[in-house]
Amino acid sequence: MNFETIIGLEVHVELKTNSKVFSPSKNAFGSEPNENVNPIDLAYPGVMPSLNEEAVNFAMKAAMALNCDIATHSVFNRKHYFYPDNPKAYQISQDENPIGENGWIDIEVDGKKKRIGIERLHLEEDAGKLTHGDDGYSLVDFNRQGSPLIEIVSEADIRTPDEAYAYLEKLKNIIQYTGVSDVRMEEGSLRCDANISLRPYGQDEFGTKTELKNLNSFAFVKAGLEFEEKRQEQVLLSGGEILQETRRYDEKTKETILMRVKGSADDYRFIPDPDIVPLYIDDAWKERIRQSIPELPDARRKRYVEELKLPAYDAEVLTSSKEMADFFEKALEEGADMKQVSNWLMGDVSAYMNKHLKELHDLPMTPEALAKMIKLIKDGTISSKMAKKVFAELVEKGGDPEKIVKEKGLVQISDEGQLTEIITKVLDDNEQSVLDFKDGKDRALGFIVGQVMKATKGQANPPMVNKILKQEIEKR
Amino acid sequence: MSNIAMDEVKRIADLARLAVTEEDTKMFKEHLDAITIYAEQLNEVDTEGVEPTTHALKLENVMRKDEPKQWTTQEEVLKNAPDHKDGHFRVPSILE
Amino acid sequence: MSLLNHSIKELEEKLHNKEITAKELVEASIERIKEVDDQVQAFITVDEENAIKAAEELDTGEDGKLFGIPAGIKDNIVTKALKTTVGSQLLKNFEHPLYDATVINKLNQEKAMTLGKLNMDEFAMGSSTENSSFSKTRNPWNTDYVPGGSSGGAAAAVAAGEVLFALGSDTGGSIRQPAAYCGVVGIKPTYGRVSRFGLVAFASSLDQVGPITRTVEDNARVLEVIAGHDERDATSANLEVPTYTDALTGDVKNLKIGVPKEYLSEKVNPEVKEAVQKALSIYEKLGATWEEVSLPHSKYAEAAYYLISSSEASANLARYDGVRYGERSENAKNMFEMYKLSRSEGFGDEVKRRIMLGTFALSSGNYEEYFEKAQKVRTLIKQDFENAFEKYDVIIGPTTPTTAFKFGEKTDDPLAMYANDVLTVPVNLAGVPAMSVPCGFSSEGLPIGLQIIGKHFDEETVYRAAHAYEQATDHHTKRPQLGGGK
Repeated sequence: MNFETIIGLEVHVELKTNSKVFSPSKNAFGSEPNENVNPIDLAYPGVMPSLNEEAVNFAMKAAMALNCDIATHSVFNRKHYFYPDNPKAYQISQDENPIGENGWIDIEVDGKKKRIGIERLHLEEDAGKLTHGDDGYSLVDFNRQGSPLIEIVSEADIRTPDEAYAYLEKLKNIIQYTGVSDVRMEEGSLRCDANISLRPYGQDEFGTKTELKNLNSFAFVKAGLEFEEKRQEQVLLSGGEILQETRRYDEKTKETILMRVKGSADDYRFIPDPDIVPLYIDDAWKERIRQSIPELPDARRKRYVEELKLPAYDAEVLTSSKEMADFFEKALEEGADMKQVSNWLMGDVSAYMNKHLKELHDLPMTPEALAKMIKLIKDGTISSKMAKKVFAELVEKGGDPEKIVKEKGLVQISDEGQLTEIITKVLDDNEQSVLDFKDGKDRALGFIVGQVMKATKGQANPPMVNKILKQEIEKR
Repeated sequence: MSNIAMDEVKRIADLARLAVTEEDTKMFKEHLDAITIYAEQLNEVDTEGVEPTTHALKLENVMRKDEPKQWTTQEEVLKNAPDHKDGHFRVPSILE
Repeated sequence: MSLLNHSIKELEEKLHNKEITAKELVEASIERIKEVDDQVQAFITVDEENAIKAAEELDTGEDGKLFGIPAGIKDNIVTKALKTTVGSQLLKNFEHPLYDATVINKLNQEKAMTLGKLNMDEFAMGSSTENSSFSKTRNPWNTDYVPGGSSGGAAAAVAAGEVLFALGSDTGGSIRQPAAYCGVVGIKPTYGRVSRFGLVAFASSLDQVGPITRTVEDNARVLEVIAGHDERDATSANLEVPTYTDALTGDVKNLKIGVPKEYLSEKVNPEVKEAVQKALSIYEKLGATWEEVSLPHSKYAEAAYYLISSSEASANLARYDGVRYGERSENAKNMFEMYKLSRSEGFGDEVKRRIMLGTFALSSGNYEEYFEKAQKVRTLIKQDFENAFEKYDVIIGPTTPTTAFKFGEKTDDPLAMYANDVLTVPVNLAGVPAMSVPCGFSSEGLPIGLQIIGKHFDEETVYRAAHAYEQATDHHTKRPQLGGGK
């Protein structure tokens, strides 16, 4: 029997507002434990939530970027469960009236395009962080408690772990473009749970699904799903039954491991939160947020291919982050050659970032500087070889390429008279080589060029050197 | 007529994180039975098409500006904790 | 005459003219507490030392609308400087609540003097203050009787003349019922009139803070101070607060009164009925008119109220887990036990019963049948009031079906206890303002309360009606005899 895999993803994205979603505590990553907390976060007796407008705006922005319908009436609910990281023993979330519904994103796997539905996007608060010790105790830090989160639930449209991977990449890409989150999995500002089930081809009903948690990278999501796909298939083929379980992916053994069997014990008792009044999102508010959404990656990529005539691959790489695309366009605005900017960004700049695990905004180099450097190459002020030196300086310390060129004495000698004089001297000093060259030993020319470069400390304009050399040798 | 099973009473107590003896369970059951029987009178009321009231006042869009404010310190919040360690609140682990 | 027998207005004049100092007034109040609180047991915490020190500082500082006036605060209103127990073992050592409730900030701004925290039914669940885990507050008119609840300490402290005013809270009658039982004035303002930030939540969609005083005028003065929008409470109304004392004109000519026939049913004690009817004839003499009106859904109010309030309470009280503050069971060996034992050891039976009911009403499969049904009935109850207020300026009836009962009389029968609220809970469900004002005494000498219900945010008319009646009668001038009985 052959099975069809059904995958649905639940992605949590932390919004980078200044303050928390229901309290004015600082919303920050990496502080001392329990530093960014107040009585509201700690669910003191008598405290009440106060909704952060920016969190709503950000959620709407993300929902719009994911093509969701935006609710006109949206309400917040209490979702009840006891856990030490959940101080009220209810989480303020949304149930029946989420901010966004019925969205979609397009993905491409092996050249095939596919649209994946988004069931809903809702705004909620994050929980604190519980660290389990081995001394019989656990420690709780509530800094994260109350950070704004959006939960994005996909439709069960995903059919392969590769599609799941592509969906996540695309989702991250889009959210990152909207600027509402850093979407950094390593800092927990993007988290993913996956639901997976199998069913015989042709069957309408879904099979029993398992939920995968603790997936710490997109690669692990894919690997976890691949493992789970095989595991479920084996269970089913051997006549077994899939139980509704929560499983985690173990990065060492590359297996999924049972955490708990979901039972009827889950009873979240959702109620509308009487402390938070409903949202009425009118057209003007929606329009205001819509206006704030930048051109999204798909549109931008399309424009690069169609208008700028960039190769599809280049367009893909350049739009992989908004920062990269913005940098690219800014450099173009400065008048730099498009192909050159693209090559530098995709080549040396990317290589540098990968090597040093940095992002564009970590680099002191501005788009203006890169553009200027490219212009210096083009007008012959520096050679491509010198440019590497200028770049090394720019990317480490920033600054003005012209100044760097001057300070390092990197200016190219392009003066014909000056070069002819030097070349004449080199030719005089190396008569044998000239003769060798005339005898057809091409290698001799290389030697002569090398001598010219040596005499000019590498600053001679190479095309000019070639041109003058030829003229001067012919004269002899 | 409403009559809630003892097992259901125990499930509810579990859900509410209340430890109950057999005696407690009986007390809660009697109370729940009495109230739910009493509440059956609500079924006399025709509520077809009636919207539930969750807020006594009809307000919308009450929101706060996104401005962080410092209120309490780590030291202050830990002062009230039954148990704490290294700047964290401390709780017994899930298992013994 | 003791200083404490004066009205707030009179005391403000004396303080202003330097006839007396805030310190003298606070000392008089503390003296009275020492004299009678052994009998009344209204206070959980008295802050004698700090209060006198603060009064001394006050005497050299700025003026305020409640300058130097001794006050008591129900122990479910959070005070940074005073332990806040909510009447529960779970918070018996909650010494550092870290913040002041908005109403406390407002009292402080107007220089009122908080002397201590007042006894209450645990988490405000009860009608007799017998559910306090600390002490049994007694009715100052007869200490064999309960003071009512849940703001029993607040009503008793004011009736006993220990403080000039107290802040209570009212979820289903918890200000009005004890005010009626103790012969004092108590208002539950319109939902949203007073900030709930810092009021320990029982049922968030019903709770409201309000003042308890001896006279209507005192009451209006205090509400003026504590009312108003609060950006920390999203459900507080962004409306201007009228000067309620300006509404006390004594004029109720052509005031249209509706009297719900459901409020004078056979369940209401004949003496109470009689007192209310007498009050209505006084209103007639003052030029007001009254007629019978029907609030047809009020008989469902109690059932709807217990389902809604217990459901919200089950959510609001889930936070008491022994993790961040409060008591943690010493017997807990693991996380699950920490929750179950801390909560079971910390909460009293009535609180547990309500948590159980609320959890049941919200649990899967029951939500629509119980919680949502109750919320729909709530809508109809609210509409009953809206319909009645199209014709009438105020609705008047008794506050409670009976006068105060004896200790232990109803503790074994929760439903009989709940029946006490039958005339007060519809008001909370509708969110309208309502006041209890003394309207006589039973043959046993126990006070009877008249309930005056107003339109949303029309506390002014409620005050005007209550004040005119009060001034035409002498119930408010009577004092219970306690201890030495000065």
